[in-house]
Amino acid sequence: MEFFIDENDRVDGIEKVTGKAKYFAEYQLPGLTYGVLVTSTITKGKIIAIDTKAAKNAPGVLDVLSHLNKPSAAGYEQAGGSPMKIFYTDQVFFNGQPIAIVVADTFERATYAASLVKVSYEKTAFNTDFEASIKDAAVKKLQGAPPYVRGIADAYKTAEVKVEQTYKMPVETHNPMELHGIIADWGVNDKVTVYAKTQGVKSTQNTIANVFKIPAENIQVNSQFVGGGFGMALRTWPLEIAAIMASKQLKKPVKLIITRDQMFTMVGNRPAAYQKIGLGATKDGKITGITHTAFGQSATYENFTEGVVNMSKFMYDSENVNTNYYVIPLDMGVPIWMRGPGEATGAFALESAIDEMAFALDMDPLDFRAKNDPEQDPSQKRPFSSKYIKEAYKLGAAKIGWNNRKNKPGSIVEGSWQIGYGVSVGVFNAGRGRASVKGILKADGTLVLQSATSDIGPGTGTGMTLIASKLMNIPVYKIVFELGDSSLPPAPSQGGSATLSTVGSAVNDVCVALKSTIAELAANSNMDATSNFVDVLKKNNLPMIEKTIQSSQNNPEAKNYSMYSFSIHFVQVKVHQLTGVVKVNKIVSVGDSGKIVSPKTARSQMVGGAVGGIGMALTEEAILDNRYGRYVNNNFADYHVPVNADVPDIDVIFIDKPDPIVNPMGAKGMGEIALIGFAGAVANAVFNATGKRIRSLPITPDKVLEA
Amino acid sequence: MINFQFVRTSVIKTALGLVSKDSKATFIAGGTNLVDLMKRGVTAPEKLIDINHLPLKQIELKNNVLHIGALVSNSALAENQLVKEKFPLLMLALKAGASAQLRNVATVGGNMMQRTRCGYFYDTTMPCNKRQPGSGCGAIGGYNRMHAIFGTSEFCIAVHPSDMCVGLVALDAQVVLASIKGERKINFIDFHRLAGTTPEKDNNLQKGELIVRLEIPINNLNKNFHYLKVRDRTSYAFALVSVAAALEINNNTISNARLAMGGVAHKPWRLQLVEEFLKGKPATTATFEEAAKLAMNGAKGFGENDFKLKLAPNTIIEALTLAKAKA
Repeated sequence: MEFFIDENDRVDGIEKVTGKAKYFAEYQLPGLTYGVLVTSTITKGKIIAIDTKAAKNAPGVLDVLSHLNKPSAAGYEQAGGSPMKIFYTDQVFFNGQPIAIVVADTFERATYAASLVKVSYEKTAFNTDFEASIKDAAVKKLQGAPPYVRGIADAYKTAEVKVEQTYKMPVETHNPMELHGIIADWGVNDKVTVYAKTQGVKSTQNTIANVFKIPAENIQVNSQFVGGGFGMALRTWPLEIAAIMASKQLKKPVKLIITRDQMFTMVGNRPAAYQKIGLGATKDGKITGITHTAFGQSATYENFTEGVVNMSKFMYDSENVNTNYYVIPLDMGVPIWMRGPGEATGAFALESAIDEMAFALDMDPLDFRAKNDPEQDPSQKRPFSSKYIKEAYKLGAAKIGWNNRKNKPGSIVEGSWQIGYGVSVGVFNAGRGRASVKGILKADGTLVLQSATSDIGPGTGTGMTLIASKLMNIPVYKIVFELGDSSLPPAPSQGGSATLSTVGSAVNDVCVALKSTIAELAANSNMDATSNFVDVLKKNNLPMIEKTIQSSQNNPEAKNYSMYSFSIHFVQVKVHQLTGVVKVNKIVSVGDSGKIVSPKTARSQMVGGAVGGIGMALTEEAILDNRYGRYVNNNFADYHVPVNADVPDIDVIFIDKPDPIVNPMGAKGMGEIALIGFAGAVANAVFNATGKRIRSLPITPDKVLEA
Repeated sequence: MINFQFVRTSVIKTALGLVSKDSKATFIAGGTNLVDLMKRGVTAPEKLIDINHLPLKQIELKNNVLHIGALVSNSALAENQLVKEKFPLLMLALKAGASAQLRNVATVGGNMMQRTRCGYFYDTTMPCNKRQPGSGCGAIGGYNRMHAIFGTSEFCIAVHPSDMCVGLVALDAQVVLASIKGERKINFIDFHRLAGTTPEKDNNLQKGELIVRLEIPINNLNKNFHYLKVRDRTSYAFALVSVAAALEINNNTISNARLAMGGVAHKPWRLQLVEEFLKGKPATTATFEEAAKLAMNGAKGFGENDFKLKLAPNTIIEALTLAKAKA
């Protein structure tokens, strides 16, 4: 079959849709064995004994490893420290903690044998109740970030108009379609090969090197295709170390893939949050004070913090801002960043409060935002590198039909449904790190680019190829971008919307270097400076030239600017008056993320963010029974991610103006802003439709009905 | 792994014989629920009798009664022309259930036999009287947002998860059961049970019996009808509350009514007293509101599902309103 690719298509699209793309679990190694985890059924306490006799005698079982008999991991031998050292303790820190691994010749036999492992425990009292812990003085609260005060603390209290409210966010799980796991192969001379699901092959390599105290170059990490990460694959989880230990012990490759219910407990989650916002304004709509206090869920055995209160410091122009962020260590698995990490949680609270204030002032929420839009970053007293948010307001408002919105809630009724419009902004740091890229320019007219970066779905290879194609004037089909291999030139993990900026800059730099070499070669061989590189290479009898460049982290001017990507989400919802059902009718998401390098994959990012945003706003909640410390909806039938029928057509608009500071492409990251702010837009639209303010996500029919 | 025998037969008698002889044998049709339960360790049959090849896939009209073979798939039933014409309420109920993929595999008999979706039932480390009699009920005092408000017992507050069954109970269906001793016929409304002191029993099927077909008498309820399912997302979610409503209206007076609810009880919840109340009344919002109030007699919340005390009557009102508006 012939396929046609236009320059905007994903470079690996055909591999993905034809099944040729190989994900970690699909690698077939000779002598592959299968690991299955035994997990704790208590929430806190001590393992007294593990009876593995029946399991070891079960057919096909090779071994059962636990803290009683694991192979040594030199990096775990010292006492104390974080992260959790798997199989190095008899302590149970959370329900569902991996406490043993059963390895057998087939997955089914390992699964059965795991069910035969009998564990006895000494239980101790535990606490998983996040909300009760906030009010309970006896539960310790750790400072998650230094308190921030600009001007007068709690200035909102003396404002002419004030809003003081509490906003709640439940535990959300990443749960990409692809389950987490690893294939580990500990070979001779301590050479280790793993096929991993990771957002950073170098990070995985370094973690393994540190745990087992072997040289990083001994470890080969492969992760070319990843079936969704959303942040959960930003670290190497204890379960991965368990599989590597088992491979080391058995001298055989071990494949470990966790189950869907295990995806809820041992690979992180978006932490529950409880936020208080105090907002003060003058009667004519000038913000005079913002107080944002947040509590986030963390774990007793490892701490986790994120940027919940960041946005409140600079998004709106207020002389007085103070923020406080605490985390509450609970007897639960440690959280990890989930798309739009803390900012998505914080934006829900801040942008709901902004909408509440606009309503209290009887102002259009867009006008209220525009009136309080700062000319420069008020927290750093320096300009933004680029910011077109007012233009974004206008474009989005026109597209959604904002002029049909009435400021008075409940004004639009169609049959049993009430219609409402909502808006909210999102913002995320436009970060840029340091990365290396190797470029190999060949006399056959092709270009190979290599970097140990990742692609968890945004289309890394496509973006990089487009950058190189434009600079080198080489068609995309003659460029190959290789990633997901730890032996390639180093790059940071894919997270924080920084890959295009970071690795793209290195691609830019390597292309510039290659062009300059070609120009030198052309000059040396008396060719015209504009000669085609193929002719130049041929004339010089060179089959290829190679360059490896590490991108300088930042333009020296960068320190004089605050660099952020912005988004603004508009939604129209309908709310059923009798049943409380909320449906999102229309979505317009506008991205102000600099120059768009890859229009098609950029749009897909925004669409994916909106779908995730519908989940955050309306359906997603991991529910824990605090009496047992166990999740009760740990499957895809009961943990509700949006289905196609929940998702309307999504209009995506990009400002598409280059940022002059951040990087040579002028492109700012956009994976996070696609989601950040979305839930607030829905909550604000529900209020506009009904007059009911739902301050606790997700906005399920019962909450609407009872409000 | 836990070994089990798998036996396939295309002869009903053989299938019945196999199950009657063997206390740990069970039938498997679509397997959309049974396989899940086996994977989660909730059930571990030693012998599975694959009945997919039994001749029970007919849909035919005989003497004004629609006969539906127990192995007809949910999607085939929903797409059947006779069902669309004569029992469109059943079609709507079927289409509200599960997802298209599941409906393609799930059978009529299997749908009736599906077990509750209560999270405590599925987690073998937690108490559940339905899974392990005497172990307690996790949902009472725990997470019970999805749970029952009618006919509950101190032993179990689980709900039957089917939509199809809500439509069937409203339509006065009958169930034909076969065993090696012969056939018997029971009213659909008597097929499922309340939890009582024996929540481990979902229904009155006796050991060795097989559902072979459903029979639904033709009625005049195919003009003003609606199936309204309120759920947390638009598809592939179990009902918070669902309502099957059908009315016969002459000169704006209700001459016949059928009303049943899902997501509120251990069985599909038929509201016959409310139907009697509706008869002879004008088809007005006031009537529907009174009917909804009456329907809630005896309802009881358990905390997180208290909202159903409001959602259920509202859903009845909306379903009746939409049923009335249909013609």
